[in-house]
Amino acid sequence: MYVIKDHSVESRLFRNRIVAAFIAIMLLTSGLIVRLIYLQIVGHEHYSSLAKDNSIKIVPLVPNRGMIYDRHGKVLAENRPSYSLELIPEQIIDMDDTLSRLQKLLAIPDEKIEQYQKLRKRQKRFVSTPLLLSMNDEELAKFAVVRPYFTGVDIHTRLVRHYPYADLAAHVIGYVSRINEAELKELPLAEYRGSTHIGKLGVESSYETELHGKTGYAEIETNVQARLLNTLNEVSPDPGANLYLTLDIDLQKMAYDALGTFNGAVVAIDVKTGGVLVFVSRPGFDPNPFVVGIANDAYQALQASENQPLYNRALRGLYPPGSTIKPFIALAGLEYEAVNPQQRLNCPGFYQLPGVSHQYRDWKKGGHGSVDLSRAITESCDVYFYRLASMLGIDHMHSFLQKFGFGEKSGIDLIGEKTGLLPSREWKRAQKNQAWYPGETLITGIGQGYHQVTPLQLARATATLANQGKVVTPFLVNKIVDAHGTRPGPEIHKDVIPLKSENVNTVIEGMINVVHSAHGTAKGINTNIDYQIAGKTGTAQVLGIKQNAKYNEQDIDFKFRDHALFIAFAPANDPKIAVAVVVENGGHGGSVAAPIAGQVIKQFLQENDAN
Amino acid sequence: MQTESRQEQFEPPSLLGNVLRKLHIDIPLFIGLLLTSLLSFVILYSTGSQDMDVLMRQGGRVGLAFLLMTVLAHVDPYQFKRYSTLLFGIGIFLLIAVLIMGQIGKGAQRWLELGIFRFQPSEMIKITTPMMIAWYLAEHPLPPKSRQLLMAAMLIIIPTVLIAKQPDLGTALLVASSGAGVLFFAGISWRFIAAITVTLASLTPILWHFMRDYQRDRVLTFLNPEADPLGRGYHIIQSKIAIGSGGIYGKGWLGSTQSELDFLPESSTDFIFAVFAEEFGLSGCLGLLVLYLLIIARCLYIASQAQDTYSRLLASSLAFTFFVYVFVNIGMVIGILPVVGVPLPLISYGGTSIVTLLAGFGILMSIHTHKKFQSR
Repeated sequence: MYVIKDHSVESRLFRNRIVAAFIAIMLLTSGLIVRLIYLQIVGHEHYSSLAKDNSIKIVPLVPNRGMIYDRHGKVLAENRPSYSLELIPEQIIDMDDTLSRLQKLLAIPDEKIEQYQKLRKRQKRFVSTPLLLSMNDEELAKFAVVRPYFTGVDIHTRLVRHYPYADLAAHVIGYVSRINEAELKELPLAEYRGSTHIGKLGVESSYETELHGKTGYAEIETNVQARLLNTLNEVSPDPGANLYLTLDIDLQKMAYDALGTFNGAVVAIDVKTGGVLVFVSRPGFDPNPFVVGIANDAYQALQASENQPLYNRALRGLYPPGSTIKPFIALAGLEYEAVNPQQRLNCPGFYQLPGVSHQYRDWKKGGHGSVDLSRAITESCDVYFYRLASMLGIDHMHSFLQKFGFGEKSGIDLIGEKTGLLPSREWKRAQKNQAWYPGETLITGIGQGYHQVTPLQLARATATLANQGKVVTPFLVNKIVDAHGTRPGPEIHKDVIPLKSENVNTVIEGMINVVHSAHGTAKGINTNIDYQIAGKTGTAQVLGIKQNAKYNEQDIDFKFRDHALFIAFAPANDPKIAVAVVVENGGHGGSVAAPIAGQVIKQFLQENDAN
Repeated sequence: MQTESRQEQFEPPSLLGNVLRKLHIDIPLFIGLLLTSLLSFVILYSTGSQDMDVLMRQGGRVGLAFLLMTVLAHVDPYQFKRYSTLLFGIGIFLLIAVLIMGQIGKGAQRWLELGIFRFQPSEMIKITTPMMIAWYLAEHPLPPKSRQLLMAAMLIIIPTVLIAKQPDLGTALLVASSGAGVLFFAGISWRFIAAITVTLASLTPILWHFMRDYQRDRVLTFLNPEADPLGRGYHIIQSKIAIGSGGIYGKGWLGSTQSELDFLPESSTDFIFAVFAEEFGLSGCLGLLVLYLLIIARCLYIASQAQDTYSRLLASSLAFTFFVYVFVNIGMVIGILPVVGVPLPLISYGGTSIVTLLAGFGILMSIHTHKKFQSR
């Protein structure tokens, strides 16, 4: 259908609309002009007095950052007064000249100058901006002498974040550092007007909002040189909240020292609450240089170090669980009724799948002889668990282990936690596009193969087992205390895994014997204690060993030596603390990892009894 | 031989005029745009702390924008009409692409990374939306029937919603008004316009429900800037102080104390008018408004002289959108409209909007200089 257009009608209509539009435009423009007249003629005097010689400025009042304490009130992060060299750009006539003179005088590295230039661009020109933080006495003296020659440059006292325990708990507490450009875009501008630092890692980062507090402001009257004349109105800042952690810094120090020269991680959890008592990743690093701006080469050295000090092993380190998985597999066997506790099995030192020549070997040459479930845990008999795994199948193992938190984040109040990897048929199909092989079920049964856990996950699963299946969610912040009152830390939701308590007790009995029986793999730590420890050793292979080769600790490079693992909780009859220890390249779990856990438990229980 | 015949055809008043005519440049419009752009450099020199780098960068963009305008002025308007649907379709497709990439990247995403430069599909859609609607309405007799109105409304709503979701409220507003402009010039009845206005007003609470938190904040701040002087009200309070202290004659070029002392944030971009008003006073503001009005008047004249429906609708809508730009920006800086991210056209620092604006003027020039029959 085509309708003939009437061009003269259209033209007339269009002309009318052009006229109407022009009238509307003139009217709206008149509106703008009226408003401009109102501002620039009627309000001129009022606005001039605000803008002219004496200006009203709105300056932010930066809140003091909250402190961080350990469970006994020891200070983990504080704000220390320190001297800083600050410049007010507005008062400096030749900025480049001033900077180069200061650089010569105080031997300031180029990167600090660059940092300052970036910082300066973000700040208002009348705001005093720090060039050097935490000046030492020599620098102070040098500048004091020439101070009259530097207008607009002055020494100020600022509060600088300080971590008294340095590298002991840097991975948990984290650190604050200068706000970078990317963060600036994400931050609420009003809240961070005037703030120079922000939490970058650990609790400092995950509780940034609470620690930072609320910025206040003052309306001040200033003269042209931006000198303060009078404060008209002030809204005080709300200081940041103080955080009380569940961490025990003395226990942390003990665990850290116990690791000695090894790299590794120790995590200890309060079984009843989920509060994290120890969270060690060794080597640590000193967070204090990050606060004032770490020098480039120092940072490069940290980055490049083979021991990876910046890497949070407890939170992000992925290790095969090794034999520490066996108590959980044993419990799965009992819960699914694949075995009964009395059933015995002869261990000849190897296991073969029907119709396959490959021998899955036991760690003990010649085998363990006749073993039941409890003894299989105690002696860590691989053959028993090969067989149990093949009876359970990967699907049952996967769904059972998942309930203990393997393969998922623990939900701890730290950013950057790894999920680890709990293998399943579906995972292998999706990731490798391959079917699941029966042999892989066997090695999953002894904690080798694809399965990867973080030390935190291992500690959590151990705590959950100790807690008779009541799932433990680890957390670090116990209380948040601010001017308005005290709040608890993160909300913990409590799941319960339905378990038969006789099954749990059978497994625990096997774990007690690991420590307290003559043939237990960690019997070395049972002396001088008046309580029982339930534990399990583990060894995670770093190198694969060929079918007929023999693993010989002395022959191989240190960095290819096995990782030593140990999980434990105590007292076995009324568990209070659960510990997971991973010692990289430590060799055997029983000889290296178990003593560390033993010491942590001992100190914690002694202290607990004393209270 | 050839030179002789050319001379007879044109009788040029000047060499420049001759060149401009051959380039299909409309001289009055060109002069207006050039003056405004030069003014922009004068103000930017003041707001950018007398930094030549800022001027060089802006100079590059303005140069590119004028080049694009010249190229588009050369194109026959028939070609614009022919490719209206295709260009609109591409624009919508790119908007969706940007939105999906934003979803993946988890955050606001407005541009596509094209190797050396970023491309904002929302800028392209500012021109292709009125093109599309002008094309669609020109196919039918005017004024449009309700069926066509419904269709046109859809064509406006789709890109507007896509841009508002980015979220970029300022650009969404400009796209919607460019589309609405076409409908207005196509002659929809006054009764209908009144009905739409009433409906929109009653929809405000629903719109409020769909706004993002920061968009709500802006509206609340507009209503009461003093409630949060450090954060969201800061811009408006400071810009009113700057403008008011300018008085009738201003503090003179480079005399702005408010932007000097950095009281005024975004003094080179969205709030540049405040600096201008402080330095040049009410008289300067009136001058700038007159300059803008002259440009708009010339554009409306070009629209009124256009010879087919498509060209008329497109030209008038582009002129109208230019005014919306001016009105919304100045309105927000002087505190009678809420703060939406709309730059002051041709003056504010920043690349994308000036290129799009001058592309629009290129189309206007093309419409004016490619008449099939001259009415002399």
